[in-house]
Amino acid sequence: MQTNSPAVGTGTAFYVDNTDYYYGSFQAVRDVTLDIPERKITAFIGPSGCGKSTVLRCFNRLNDLIPSAHIKGRITYRGVDIYDKGVDPIDLRRNIGMVFQKPNPFPKSIYENIAFGARINGYKGDMDELVERSLRAAAIWDEVKDKLKESGLSISGGQQQRLCIARAIAIEPQVLLMDEPCSALDPISTRSVEELMQELKERYTIIIVTHNMQQATRVSDMTAFFNAEPTEKGGKQGYLVEYAPTQTIFNSPQMEATQDYVSGRFG
Amino acid sequence: MFTNPQYGIFVLISATLLTSVVALLVAVPLGLMAAIFLSEYASRQVRGWLKPILEILAGVPTVVFGYFALLAVTPILRLFVPGLQTFNGLSAGLILGFAILPTIASLSEDAIYAVPQSLRQGAYALGATKRETITNVVLRAGLSGIVASIILGVARAVGETMIVTLAAGQNPTLTLDPRVPIATMTAFMVQVSGGDVAVGTIKYKSLFAVGMTLFLITLVLNIFSFWFVRRFQEKYE
Ligand SMILES: Nc1ncnc2c1ncn2[C@@H]1O[C@H](COP(=O)(O)OP(=O)(O)O)[C@@H](O)[C@H]1O
Ligand SMILES: [Mg+2]
Repeated sequence: MQTNSPAVGTGTAFYVDNTDYYYGSFQAVRDVTLDIPERKITAFIGPSGCGKSTVLRCFNRLNDLIPSAHIKGRITYRGVDIYDKGVDPIDLRRNIGMVFQKPNPFPKSIYENIAFGARINGYKGDMDELVERSLRAAAIWDEVKDKLKESGLSISGGQQQRLCIARAIAIEPQVLLMDEPCSALDPISTRSVEELMQELKERYTIIIVTHNMQQATRVSDMTAFFNAEPTEKGGKQGYLVEYAPTQTIFNSPQMEATQDYVSGRFG
Repeated sequence: MFTNPQYGIFVLISATLLTSVVALLVAVPLGLMAAIFLSEYASRQVRGWLKPILEILAGVPTVVFGYFALLAVTPILRLFVPGLQTFNGLSAGLILGFAILPTIASLSEDAIYAVPQSLRQGAYALGATKRETITNVVLRAGLSGIVASIILGVARAVGETMIVTLAAGQNPTLTLDPRVPIATMTAFMVQVSGGDVAVGTIKYKSLFAVGMTLFLITLVLNIFSFWFVRRFQEKYE
C-alpha cells in the first residue's frame, strides 16, 4: 500500500480515531481513540470479552472475513486510512503480520510454512537463506534445522508458536500483531517468546493482546486498558478506559477502574 | 461367448478400467469444484438449492442413468465422435462419472469444511488471496479426506453395474478404445448369471473368479484409503 509518511521508525504507526466496532447491529466496542508508536511494544489488556481481539483484528482488516463485522471511525496507518476504498486488504496484510492465540502452523513441512508466505508475496531471492534467516530470527532454528522437511504440526506448541512468528516475519512486515501469543504456552516457551519480542521490537511495531498483566509489564512500552460494561440490551460493551505508558498504567493510573484491575481488585 | 477366450479376465478388467477412468475424469474435477464452491464460495441461497440437486443426483436409480446414457447421451455423442458405436465405454463412463460425483463432492466438502478456520486466517494474515488460501492451505489440510472420497468414488465406479451393462454393452473385448462395446466385470456377471448357466461349467466357475476379483479390488482400495487417511490425516486440537 502507499505510505505517504517517510518518518519510518519514529512517530506514530497507527492513529485510531473515534472508532466503534460492530458485529451486525451489536456494538461490541465503543469509543476507541489511541495512537500506536512505531517500533515499540503496545499491550492491550482487560477482562475477556472487552474487545481486545476485535480491535486488534481491525489493524490488518482480518475482521473483513467476518461478514457481519464493521467499524465506524478511522484507523490510519502511516497516514493512510486503512479502510479507504483504495486500500487492498491483501496488500495491507503483507505489511501487517499477525500471530494468533493458538499456534496455527500450516499442515506443510516446517520449510514450507516459511516459504509459503514468501512465495505468494513474490519473493525472488534465495529461499533456503530466507527460511534459515526467519527461523533464526524467531529463535527456533537450532531446534528445527535438522527436520525442516517434517510437518509443522510435529513440533511442540511452543515451537509451533515460534514457527508462526518466523512465518510472519519471513515476509518482512512492518507491524506484528500478536493476539495472546503465549496463552497456550508453558512458562519456558512463554519466556522465549517474550525475549524474542524484545529483539523484534528493534525492527517491528508490535501490538500484543494479553490478559497476563505481568506479561504486559515485562514486555510493553505502552498499555491500553479495556473494560466492558453491561448494556441495556443485556450484552456487554467494551470500551477503552485508559491508554498510557506501561509504567503509568501499573503504578499511577488516572482511572479507578484501571487501578482496581491492575492491582487485582476486580470482579 | 468369449471372442478372445485366451485373454481371460483381463478383457473384463480392461473394460472396468476404461469406464472407471472416464468416470473419474468427470467426477474428480467436477466433484472437487462442487465441494470447493459449496464450502468456500456459495452464498447460503445457492447452497440451499445446489446441495439438494447433488443429493437428488445421488438418489437416481442407476438403471435410469444407464438408459439415459444409452438412449440420450450416446446418440448426442455420435454427432461429435466419429466411429462411436451404440454400446460404448465413453458414454457409460461419462454417466458413471455423474453417478459417483455426489459421493466425491459431499465427502470432499465434509473434509474441506473440517479444516479449522484458524488455518484460513493464518493464510489470509500473510496476505494470501482467497484462491491462494484454498489451493495452498485448505485443500492441503483436507487432502486425506479428499483422497478418501476419491477412492470411495473409484470403488463405486468399479462395482457399479447397471450403467455399464446397459450402455457399454456385454461384449468382452480387450481394448482401451472408448468407442466400442466392451463388457466390464460387473456386466459380465450380469450376463452370465442372467442366462441359465449349468452348475460346474467353466462359465459357472468364472462367475466366482470374477466376483472374487471384484471383491479383492474393492478390498485393496478400502485398505489403501484407510492407510492413506491414517498416514496423512493432520491432527488439530
Ligand atoms: N465473530 C463474532 N461475531 C459476533 N460477535 C463477536 C465475534 N467475535 C467477538 N464477538 C463479540 O465481541 C465482543 C468482544 O470480543 P473479543 O474481541 O473476542 O474480546 P477479547 O479479545 O477482549 O476477549 C464479545 O462480546 C464477543 O462476544
Ligand atoms: Mg481475545
